[in-house]
Parts: sequence; C-alpha cells; structure tokens
Amino acid sequence: MKRYSIPRLITKLLLPLILLFALYVQFHGDYGPGGGFQAGVIFGAGFILYALIYGLDYAQQILPAWLLRIGISLGVLIYAGVGVAGLLLGGNYLDYGVLDAHHPAHGQHLGILLVELGVGITVSSVMVTIFYAFAGRGR
Amino acid sequence: MIDHLPALQVVIPLIAAPLSALFRPGRAVWGLAMAASGLSLLIAILLLRQVLEQGVISYPMGNWPAPWGIEYRVDAANAFMLLIVSMIGTVVIAFARTVVEQRIRLPEHKQPWFYTAYLLCLTGLLGMIVTGDAFNVFVFLEISSLSSYVLISLGRDRRALTAAYQYLIMGTIGATFILIGIGLLYVMTGTLNMMDLAARIPAVSGTRTIRAAFAFLTVGVSLKLALFPLHLWLPNAYAYAPSPVTAFLAATATKVAIYVLLRFFFTIFGAEFSFNVMELDRILLPLALIGIFSASVVAIFQTNVKRMLAYSSVAQIGYMILGVSLVSVTGLTSTLSHLFNHALMKGTLFMALGCISFRIGAASLDRMAGVGRVMPWTMGAFVIGGLSLIGAPLTAGFVSKWYLILGALERGWWPVAALVLLTSLLAVIYLWRVVEVAYFKPAPERPVREAPLALLIPTWTLALANLYFGMETSLNAGVARRAAETLLGVAP
Repeated sequence: MKRYSIPRLITKLLLPLILLFALYVQFHGDYGPGGGFQAGVIFGAGFILYALIYGLDYAQQILPAWLLRIGISLGVLIYAGVGVAGLLLGGNYLDYGVLDAHHPAHGQHLGILLVELGVGITVSSVMVTIFYAFAGRGR
Repeated sequence: MIDHLPALQVVIPLIAAPLSALFRPGRAVWGLAMAASGLSLLIAILLLRQVLEQGVISYPMGNWPAPWGIEYRVDAANAFMLLIVSMIGTVVIAFARTVVEQRIRLPEHKQPWFYTAYLLCLTGLLGMIVTGDAFNVFVFLEISSLSSYVLISLGRDRRALTAAYQYLIMGTIGATFILIGIGLLYVMTGTLNMMDLAARIPAVSGTRTIRAAFAFLTVGVSLKLALFPLHLWLPNAYAYAPSPVTAFLAATATKVAIYVLLRFFFTIFGAEFSFNVMELDRILLPLALIGIFSASVVAIFQTNVKRMLAYSSVAQIGYMILGVSLVSVTGLTSTLSHLFNHALMKGTLFMALGCISFRIGAASLDRMAGVGRVMPWTMGAFVIGGLSLIGAPLTAGFVSKWYLILGALERGWWPVAALVLLTSLLAVIYLWRVVEVAYFKPAPERPVREAPLALLIPTWTLALANLYFGMETSLNAGVARRAAETLLGVAP
C-alpha cells in the first residue's frame, strides 16, 4: 500500500477534475466542442485510471458490472425513447421540436440534451465494461 | 401511426435490443425478440402493400426535410428487401431459442446478450435497406457488421473465433472502402441524400474523384457481399457460426449488401454511368461466372456440409451478380427474385443442418450416415431446400433461374445460359452426396431421435415456403419485376 504513493496521490487529485471535465464536455456540448461520446470517453477513462491505480476490486465496488449492464442499455433506451416521445407527441421520429409545445426551440434543446446524455451513459459504461473484461481475465 | 412505419421498422428492434440485455435468461427474453421480429415483419408487409398501391414513401427523420435531414425512402425495391429480411429474421428467431439454450458458447447468465446482438443485427440490416441517405447506410452497415461478428464468434467450435476475426478484418476493410467512397461523393457534391446525389453526380461524373468513389464503393460492397474473389471470409464464418446465426446471415446479410450495391449502381450513379461509362458489367460478368463455377466445384469436395453450403452460397451470389451484369429488367428481376428465393432455400438448408447438428453434434458427412432414416422430417426439409437450390421446377429456385436464363438469352448470350444450366448440375452433385450418405448408408448405431418440434416447425415453414413461392410467383417474380423496373428507372 505504501508503494506508488505519487501516482496514487496524483490520481486522487486529478480524478474529481477529470470527472467534472467530463460533465462539462457533456453539458456544454450544445454550445462548444464536445458532446455525449467525448464526455462518455473522458468519464470512462477517468474511471479506468482509478481502476488501474487502486485495483479492480475497489473499482468494481463503486461501479459493479450489473450497474454497467444497466447503463449500457439505459443510454440507448434514453436515445430511442426521446425519439418515441416525439412520435407520441405527434411529431416525426426524433423530432425534438414537439417536446415543448410552446417553444419548439426549447424542445430542440431538451431533445439533444437528453439524446447526448444517453450517448454519454452508454459510451462510458461500454468503456468501463471493456476494461473490466480485459482486466478480469484469468480471475 | 401508419405514417411512421418507415421509422418504426428500424426503431422497434432498436429498442428491443437494449431491453433484452436487461432480461434474465429464459423464455421471456426470447419472447421479446420474437415479438420485435414479428412486428418488423408486420410493418414490412404493410409497407410493401402501401408502396405497391401508392408509390414511394418518404419519411423525414426528426422532421428535417431532405436533402438536409436524413430521409427514409421506401420504394418497391427496398420494401421487397425489408420483407425478405424481417421474414427470415422472424423464422430464425423462432428456431433460435432451443439452440441458444443448449448449443452456443455462452454461459447461461449471458444468453440474453445473444438476443441483443441478434436484434442489433436486424436493426442494422433493416436500417441499411430503409434509409435514403448514403452515410446512414454506412452507420447501419457498421451496426449490423459488428453484431454479426459477435454472433459468429458464439459457435461451439473454437475455430468460430478465428472465423469471426477474419470476417472482422475483411468486413472492416470493406466498410472503410465504402466510407471512403461516400466521403469522396460528399466532397464532390456536398450532399449525402441518395436522390440528391443522383441529381448532382451527372454534373461532375467526368472527374477522377467520382470514378474513384465508384471504384471504392464497388470493391467495398463486393467484400461485404462476398463476390468472388473477395469471398474468403465467408466459408469459415458460415461453417463455424451457430446454426441459427448461419441461417440468418446467409439468408440476409449478403443479400442486403447486394441491395446496397444495386442502390449505388442504379439509383445513385445511374445505369448509364455504371455500365456504359465505367463498363462495370465487363468486370462483373466474368467474376460472377468464375465465382459460380469455382465455388460449386469446391463445394463438391467439402466434407463439412455446412462449409459445403457456404461455398454454395458464394456460387449463388455469383448468380445474383450475373443477373446484375445483364443490365436488363429481366436480369435484374432474376437478381431480386433470387435474393428472395435464395433466402428461402438457404434458410431451409441451414436450419435443417442445425436440426441435424443439434442431434448428432456436427454436420460432417461421415457422421450424417443414415440420418435420413432416423430424422425423416429434417432430411425431408433438407431435400426440399436442396431441390430449390438446384432450381427444380415447382420450387422457388426455379423461378429465379428461369428469369436468369431468359435474361441471358435476351442478350443473346447463350453460352452464359448454358453455363447456368451446367452449374446447376454441379449443385446436384454436391447435394446428392449429402442425400446419398443420409439415406443410403446404414443408420447410426447410437440412438438418434428426430429433432424437437421447436426446431422442425420453423424449418418446415421455410421449406413449405419454397414450394409455395415456386407456384405462386406474384411476390418473388411480380414484385421483383416491379422492383427491378424501379431500380432501372423504367417504372411508370
């Protein structure tokens, strides 16, 4: 436990920033570069860093495999579900404009935010799942 | 809801895929996959009827009008393809449950992932067909390809892993070529909508960029559809994949690639550019003929029956490409008709083989001795599928062979017509080897029982469809002809 204290300390310092930056890329994607995919990768990479430094067991205590399995599906369902919501509200599939009856522009905003959130959840879950699959080999 | 059918065609399996990942192993997840496939089939039937009555359906995704947004565009050609894919998908998933429970290389708690991969594959294939946007075709191609690599790798034989890897490499090269081709088209025209591309390409068709795009697309799609000599991934992938997966991919994946090829040649580039300027038929015709001949000969020498049928698939793809290279309504009718008929016959054959390997463990010739006596229903379906593959009258296979020979004679290419007949005899030889072993060798010593009903019913459904569509040809000849006319642009 005493070994590698510098990487451990730096990881501890950096991790909140990485995850925060992932959230920034996620939710600022409407206005600047970024979006769900990039955010998901950053979030997943931050988590993989934690698992590399502190070990698979600790990582899986925080993000167990069953949760990731739900995350993978949930993201796609959010994406597809926003499209279906458009259908149910009388628009075409993935027509975000109908999500807000009074301001189509607000509806567009809400729609893309949700869709990107779905992408982010799935991408980060898949990243971590792939890492678990490789790191857990031979256990 | 009727207006939204083009979107729902893709969305229903797309939503069912992640849902099925959340299920526990058991019948419920299979029921979900079955329901999603059945709904897709229903939508495909409704779409086909709508197209035949009212003409082309256009659906703007997210209400962004084409050419800016993604347009889903259904005409006679892709409505016909949607029907093929969703029909085979439904029958195969009915067949898959028993096999998935007992015979794929997945621990029980991961079995729902099989259905997820299958539904994603179905989503990708249906999406490639229904979309009217060139880049969207690539996206759906990747969805279907990635999931099919997973499905192939689930075979019990460990060689399934290398087969899937080989397919992954070849498929990725193909997909990259397609992407480069689409990228070049986009550079020259600034659009990705197929109709818009078709309108803008003639102005720039003299440039080298467009020709390069054409070449990249041709080679890329040919890799995916396993045109000789780009077919090397196919025999192993089909031979080692689990039987429902083989039946599904053999009956749909290469067919959809052929549809994409037709879309690019005829709708986007136009028959004039593809066949008069680029003279593509001069390349396709010899490749198709060599493919038919060499793959049929190789099939004769296979001892693994699944591999034999895989080579036979390469030969059958040759017949389809031969129909394309005739560049006539009759030739194209034979191609489209054969897409449908080949899906029926190969579906039947691979599912019958699936029944056999379910009971005796492997589908090799030496172990199949005498199975015709202990598994009469299974082998009966196999024989019907085989007759259809040969092109015997009163089976579906006869219809497409008929149009193919007619098309060749129309062009005055009687040696081609003769070669088609001759290679049908090669099919008789390799199928006869199976029939001989199964019926005329002594029955196996170990007790072998007939396959369970859960496998026999889907197999026989397709076997009977072979007979039905051999006599009632309004769909696989009538609609195919209309689809061919649509593609060639001579439809009313």
